[in-house]
Amino acid sequence: MRTGMIARKVGMSRIFTDDGGHIPVTVLRARDNRVVGQRTTERDGYVALQIGARPAKVKHLNRADRGRFAKAGVEPVRKVAEFRVSDDAVLPVGVRISVEHFVAGQKVDVTGTSKGRGFAGSMKRHNFSGMRASHGVSVSHRAHGSTGNSQDPGRVWKGKKMAGHMGDRRVTVQNLEVVATDAENGLILVRGGIPGAKEGWVLVSDAVKADVPDGLPFPAALVEENRPSESSAVEAPSERGEDGRDATP
Amino acid sequence: MNILETIERRQIDRLTADKAIPDFSPGDTVRVALRVVEGARERIQNYEGVCIARKNRGINSSFTVRKLSYGEGVEQVFPLYSPRIAGIEVVRRGAVRRAKLYYLRGRTGKAARIPEKRDDRARKPRA
Repeated sequence: MRTGMIARKVGMSRIFTDDGGHIPVTVLRARDNRVVGQRTTERDGYVALQIGARPAKVKHLNRADRGRFAKAGVEPVRKVAEFRVSDDAVLPVGVRISVEHFVAGQKVDVTGTSKGRGFAGSMKRHNFSGMRASHGVSVSHRAHGSTGNSQDPGRVWKGKKMAGHMGDRRVTVQNLEVVATDAENGLILVRGGIPGAKEGWVLVSDAVKADVPDGLPFPAALVEENRPSESSAVEAPSERGEDGRDATP
Repeated sequence: MNILETIERRQIDRLTADKAIPDFSPGDTVRVALRVVEGARERIQNYEGVCIARKNRGINSSFTVRKLSYGEGVEQVFPLYSPRIAGIEVVRRGAVRRAKLYYLRGRTGKAARIPEKRDDRARKPRA
């Protein structure tokens, strides 16, 4: 089991294929992924890697994080996530993971936080049909109907679908196909939609329920330090947020 | 340019490398050459009609062509950069004052005419 990566959702687009079709894709930006910690069986009871993304300035960290990153001897990061890995896929602390970790054609699971909808009614939240527009219905056109029986059981069952908070939950979409990766700009193009708003954090990992294709970099595709393409980024220099907005993860 | 624009621009450049998309606007009569695959054979089918709308959204740009087929109005929306479009040819320039010519939908015959755009500027120096 390989590690996953932390990415940000950039937005959606489409890719035209040569045979005339087109593929809807979500563009994910996964730059500066690095290992910031390890979980071991001896100490923690399980094996996992802590991955960090988006370098942070020390002044933006609390003391706990400062101590943690100092102890690990890595550059501080804003976003940290853990990925369970098998024993043979453990990476040393400090190495950086490239988007070439994922290969076009393979399936991935993507976890994100869905868009929050606030307190939503039963029609929006559970696709209830609501009540009729006429025939004597008064005021309660979008209300749900009955919530259960009468004296027996004399209460509403737990888990009854009703109005309530919708969205802003952790949602995983499984078995999305990787259409392409762009190592130079740190982009992953995934077929289909992904939960969450633009610029939201998502976790990308190998699909649990799909067979792993041959030729995947194992245990991970690493960024070679001092590679020229890392600093030059000829094709898209403006993406580094030239308007002052911090667009770097 | 942001990341999405960069990706789309690169793709548009790739798709338009071997074909030029002419300048056309709503009101123009266009002939769209479509690649049609029949079994193993591929041929070109022309679709000619009035462009009644254009949508400009980068790689997602499209245009709508309306024509009369056996007395029945037919509209087709084409992705502007689709590889299935072998070429677009402007047959006639129309003079219209709307961006979207949806009003043509209710009309046929004489009422659905569009006057030809006359390029008066070209003639002025001679006069």
